[in-house]
Amino acid sequence: MLAVRVELTVNGERHEADVWAGESLLYVLRERLGLPGSKNACEQGECGSCSVLLDGKLVCACLVLAAQADGHELVTVEGLGQDGGLHAVQDAFTETGAVQCGFCTPGLIVATADLLARNPSPSDDEIREALSGNLCRCTGYAKIFDAVRLAAGS
Amino acid sequence: MTTAARTLERGRVGESVKRVDAIPKVTGEFAYSSDLFAAGMLWGHTLRSPHAHARIVEIDISDAVGMPRVHAVLTHADVPGAQTYGLEFADQPVLAIDRVRYFGEPVAVVAAEHPEQARRAAERIHVDYEPLEPVVDPERATEQAPIHDGRPTAGHGFRDDARPNVVRTIVIRHGDPDAQAEVSVSGVYELGIQDQAFLGPESGLAVPDAEGGVDIYVATQWLHVDRDQVAPCLGLEPDQVRIHLAGVGGAFGGREDLSIQIHAAMLALHAGRPVKMVYNREESFVGHIHRHPAKIWMEQRANRDGKLVNVRAKILLDGGAYASSSAAVTANASSFACGPYAVENALVECTCVYTNNPPCGAMRGFGAVQSCFAHEAQMDKLAAELGIDPVELRLRNALAPGDSLPTGQKITGSFPAAEVIRRAAALPMPEPEELPRDPLRLPGGSGNTTRGQGVKRGVGFAVGFKNVCYSEGFDDSTAARVRLTGTGNGLEAEVDCAAAEVGQGVVNVILQTARTELELDDVVLGSATTSSVGSAGSASASRMTWMAAGAVQLAARAAREELARRGGELKPAETIDVERVYHHRPTTPLDPETGQVTGDGAHVAYICAAMRVVAEVDVELGLTRVVWIGTAQDVGKAVNPQAVYGQIEGGTAQGLGLALMEEIQTRDGLIANASFTDYLIPTTLDMPPVVAELVEEPEPDAPYGVKGVGEPPTVVSTAAIVSALRDATGRDLNRVPVRPDDIVGLS
Ligand code: FES
Ligand code: FES
Repeated sequence: MLAVRVELTVNGERHEADVWAGESLLYVLRERLGLPGSKNACEQGECGSCSVLLDGKLVCACLVLAAQADGHELVTVEGLGQDGGLHAVQDAFTETGAVQCGFCTPGLIVATADLLARNPSPSDDEIREALSGNLCRCTGYAKIFDAVRLAAGS
Repeated sequence: MTTAARTLERGRVGESVKRVDAIPKVTGEFAYSSDLFAAGMLWGHTLRSPHAHARIVEIDISDAVGMPRVHAVLTHADVPGAQTYGLEFADQPVLAIDRVRYFGEPVAVVAAEHPEQARRAAERIHVDYEPLEPVVDPERATEQAPIHDGRPTAGHGFRDDARPNVVRTIVIRHGDPDAQAEVSVSGVYELGIQDQAFLGPESGLAVPDAEGGVDIYVATQWLHVDRDQVAPCLGLEPDQVRIHLAGVGGAFGGREDLSIQIHAAMLALHAGRPVKMVYNREESFVGHIHRHPAKIWMEQRANRDGKLVNVRAKILLDGGAYASSSAAVTANASSFACGPYAVENALVECTCVYTNNPPCGAMRGFGAVQSCFAHEAQMDKLAAELGIDPVELRLRNALAPGDSLPTGQKITGSFPAAEVIRRAAALPMPEPEELPRDPLRLPGGSGNTTRGQGVKRGVGFAVGFKNVCYSEGFDDSTAARVRLTGTGNGLEAEVDCAAAEVGQGVVNVILQTARTELELDDVVLGSATTSSVGSAGSASASRMTWMAAGAVQLAARAAREELARRGGELKPAETIDVERVYHHRPTTPLDPETGQVTGDGAHVAYICAAMRVVAEVDVELGLTRVVWIGTAQDVGKAVNPQAVYGQIEGGTAQGLGLALMEEIQTRDGLIANASFTDYLIPTTLDMPPVVAELVEEPEPDAPYGVKGVGEPPTVVSTAAIVSALRDATGRDLNRVPVRPDDIVGLS
């Protein structure tokens, strides 16, 4: 299996890795760069658990080949907090009980941070629409909505 | 929808406490079973059967073995010990031997340095199959050739049913099963196959030790029963197999059966290197058991005053290719078939069959979901026939302490069925919304398909119940260990319990109980593993809160007694270390001939819930929108109220999925929709607000009066939602998931 070299800036840090050309960005983050925070619930673009920001845009890391991300900037759930503290969205999720098994949580946190950066006070319908690509099997979403509203108010 | 009040960091029993694992989960640091890594690790991959039923003529691994960076290619011939395993009956081969019985059955496993190499090596294994006629129609299964050579002939309350392909039959005869009454309503109800669809895929890491043993880090629901199934298959002693709980991305029953455990361990022991396995979503759909699909024939006989006189039910469950926990699911489906209603006469026959369809086992609600869908449709029908309000009819028949189940078991302890009915019925429903409105708030949602002309509103109601803890004589005890250490200026406390944290929040239950009993704020929870503490039993049957609280309470009280004996203080580094095992009260099997209880009774305790649903249906397009859900649930005592509400909301969502969209579709036993593209689960757009009320009537036998919370919302919500759809459409809608064709009358 032929290797290609990719160079990525993840959460402000530069990384290089020799990867097989078929590897997704998600696989490289998780298995080669030691950043397993982005999750692998479907690996086919249906669940949002792998959501990351690629040059500031929300994408499913499972749908991007690592080689396509070569030279680009990424932010993952591990890079959202500042100075060792939690991001307001992370804090709101812990506060409201929006986390059960937590497997959907990293993707939802990145997606919520992205939503609030674009729309600091979304309506309930806007929240539902913006997060409709992030599946959660545990919570029924009620406390996730609470978390988004809490983070929007803070 | 309100924003929650601030939660406590280190609260005690009865307080809303922030999850102890919340921060690592929001930062991405929490290590799930698919996140694990070990130096020199290989990747395992499973080759699975493309057939639902076939004879294996030959397996040729020679091409795969020689591939570069491939370190192990193993088949049934390499299984070091017992060839089969299983939760109740060891009928499932570790790797298929001479026959495959379901689509996706594991045939061989491979370990290589890169997951893609492992997949490619698996493709190079040549398996010569001779396809056999699959048994796929459960109604015909008992007349077709048996798919297993043997059949279960033992176990709790075994009733001899010599027909082929029977996993278990239960017949409950209660009172006079022929009793007549003034009116009778009947119907036939069907449920498709539901999948647990937990988001964290099956995964784990097996690490060989230097002495022939193995450590397995895996997402599971019951560490010790995994060990007791894994060790014999590996030909090892139980203490050579150590199972450690890795982060679990949801379970819902789907992790009761083994997945990667034996396979990863075999590969690791063979290669002498750690082996990681991670299923992808497609493999997850075929790689675990599902909720039993069911067909239920039910007749209710009642008098004009609404009093139920006789319930007659026949329940057929499709267990698929292997037994898993089908025998216990059969017991539940039949025990609860008449609903939470007092009825003096009943005849319930429940049979679970083997077929070549996907294997079925535990899923949240465990047999009660299927029965509830039928008995609640019947109650609505009966209410219409009698001209009695559906809520009133349920109240007139509600089971209460002192009444008996159709198994003859007398209800003791708490059973507030009437109270949950009253409380749910009293919740104020939202006013109908005006038209025009944002398409997001119409059936079909963002699909923007309707303007609202054909939209009708309906209101539904349902009540459901099930048991807490294991039944029929099973002693599913829980152990906990408490260690106190003197620090010089006080005490340090540590608790060990092997209860599986699957997302439900049992880690908080353990810590809140320990803080309450020890009267200390700082308590550390050890990691769940078979090597530090005895069995916790399974994180299932809504039992883990009750049992973990019971065990931690016992151990903590014993530690405090010992502390008092030593004068109330410990010297620096002096320790007290106690382990205690908590048992719920004993149960006994049903009589095999009559289905009536023997001895102490088959079940420990019950939990019930009632739910009211408002739905809108576009009756021309067949599209639905659940507008609002109000529910009241019997929880005994809420240990962590915030988490209890979270269970109710999440459990309701899973029932909504079964009502409206979730079904594993099969064709001749082959799964046709093994992806989140084709198997839909509820999204933010599907879920309405859920208003929940807790009914806290303490269970006398249980620590703090707790019961459980996980399952009742799932049991009741499918029935309640379809009740609302029937009200809106006037159609029978006797099968779930309800399809657009059913609503517009095309099917
Ligand atoms: S893992 Fe990428 S969308 Fe599901
Ligand atoms: S918390 Fe488990 S999937 Fe969302």
